[in-house]
Amino acid sequence: MEIDVRKVAMLSRIRLTDEEAAELGPQLSSILGYVEQLSKVDTDGVAPTAHPHDAAMPLRANIVTNSNRRDELQAPAPKTESGLYVVPKVIE
Amino acid sequence: MPYSSLSDIQNRLNSGETTAVKVAQLYLDRIAAFNDTLNAFVHIDPAHVLAQAEASDRYRAEHDARPLEGLPIAVKDIFCTQDGPTQCCSNILKDFHAPYDAEVITKLKEAGAVLVGKTNMDEFAMGSSTETSAFGVCRNPWDTDCIPGGSSGGSASAVAAALTPAALGTDTGGSIRQPAALTGITGLKPTYGRVSRRGIIAFASSLDQAGPMTRTVKDSAMITAAISGHDPRDATSVADAPAIDWLAACESRDMKGLKIGKPKEYFVDGMDAEVRASVEAALKKCEELGAEIIDISLPNTEHAVAAYYVIAPSEASANLSRYDGVRFGHRCENPEDLLDMYTRSRDEGFGSEVKRRILTGAFALSSGYYDAYYLKAQQVRTLIQQDFIQAFEQVDVIATPTSPIPAFRLGEKTDDPLTMYLSDIFTIAVNLAGLPGLSQPCGFANNLPVGLQWIGAAWREDTVLSAAAAYEGATHWTTRSPAAFGGES
Repeated sequence: MEIDVRKVAMLSRIRLTDEEAAELGPQLSSILGYVEQLSKVDTDGVAPTAHPHDAAMPLRANIVTNSNRRDELQAPAPKTESGLYVVPKVIE
Repeated sequence: MPYSSLSDIQNRLNSGETTAVKVAQLYLDRIAAFNDTLNAFVHIDPAHVLAQAEASDRYRAEHDARPLEGLPIAVKDIFCTQDGPTQCCSNILKDFHAPYDAEVITKLKEAGAVLVGKTNMDEFAMGSSTETSAFGVCRNPWDTDCIPGGSSGGSASAVAAALTPAALGTDTGGSIRQPAALTGITGLKPTYGRVSRRGIIAFASSLDQAGPMTRTVKDSAMITAAISGHDPRDATSVADAPAIDWLAACESRDMKGLKIGKPKEYFVDGMDAEVRASVEAALKKCEELGAEIIDISLPNTEHAVAAYYVIAPSEASANLSRYDGVRFGHRCENPEDLLDMYTRSRDEGFGSEVKRRILTGAFALSSGYYDAYYLKAQQVRTLIQQDFIQAFEQVDVIATPTSPIPAFRLGEKTDDPLTMYLSDIFTIAVNLAGLPGLSQPCGFANNLPVGLQWIGAAWREDTVLSAAAAYEGATHWTTRSPAAFGGES
């Protein structure tokens, strides 16, 4: 199976060097070639697994449980200013 | 003393024969002596370890000892800890300091444990050999030219060489059980939903589960008892999980009336002959102890690796989208624009195995391929799960080899990702079905440890622990330790 590595890399927001792209192409083909065996399994009428124990998503009471820890939570950010995350210009 | 079990150390602390500070110092000295060789720990702060031990000794002087009072436990670098860095052995999280403790870390602290440090692992837990770590390979104490397994290889190596008496790992496709098997220790992956995942850096959310890596079965039970339980802040933690008596389960000394399933798909051509012989001999021993061995079939097991390598990378590609250079983690120098910042930060921060899995997942989830890959894999997953449900109508527990091969040599499988993936062939189905699994030592192949895997029905860790404890009591494998690291061999 041929895979457009550049397209998948862009979907993943990962820049690839030419060497990386050349190496990853055949590797992904080999992995997906192996995975291809799934198509031979008869799964007509089989429900896909949503949760290993079929548990429903739980709800909790609608009350605030977390305190304001903005400074600690922003401490690991590469760049902040006045409590905001600073990123390169988004709109031209 | 260094190769003592956690429960032996607990007895000596309780009798006043030793103190938490003395115990901590003993293991700190061993880390200082041996970690350069093994690279099992990627972060260690001796002063902080001793401060925790002193606090534990003070607590014991004034109160009743808590369940893990003064006991040293190391944790994989995947657990968020407020103390010290949490880096998941990835350059994208280099020098990251978590603003909160993972729920299991909070529970270990509340139980009185002394946290020893952070252990080496495959980057983002993606690997079976600890060779994808951004902080250097980890080595197997039984043969330092060999890998310790993965992804919790640092925890396994540290316990196997007695740099700590116990450690926590995480298991997404075998990452506790396979390294435990390859280093001759005991490791338990609890039922999915038994242990909180909050604050454990996510790899594949429907598969990840934390558990103990220890010298004995009882030690694994002691730790799981302390870290398990419903966490309202983790939506995948199950609220009405059946409670079990963890320690009572380990009192079992025989297997009278126990029905052990032996699945033919786990005893196949191509597996190492000595591994197979060790596991067959272990099953003979179980028969002597009163168990009945019943041949069973889990026919969809042969598709487990294929289903896993769609589901796990798909979930990983979504989970790892959070590393974007904005809120935490690595950001590239002088980004031209937002897209350049995302793509370059992620290229620089992620290693090649992580990129491979993100790309595989992004492909499987992409428009036009979703039904053929992701949906199909989740349907096959249902069939794998049904195989187990049917088997447990017939048997109490299932026994298999943990890994088809003993530890392999460093670099032996790094060229071909698919060969590496196939080394998890016997552990992956357990994660897909959300079941508990335990690996314990049962012999040697080519002078390297072999693991026996016990698989239980959902929530029946007690059956798994009872069988493993009875086997352990009737054999001597847990007392073996690597001579090169002061063990008895």
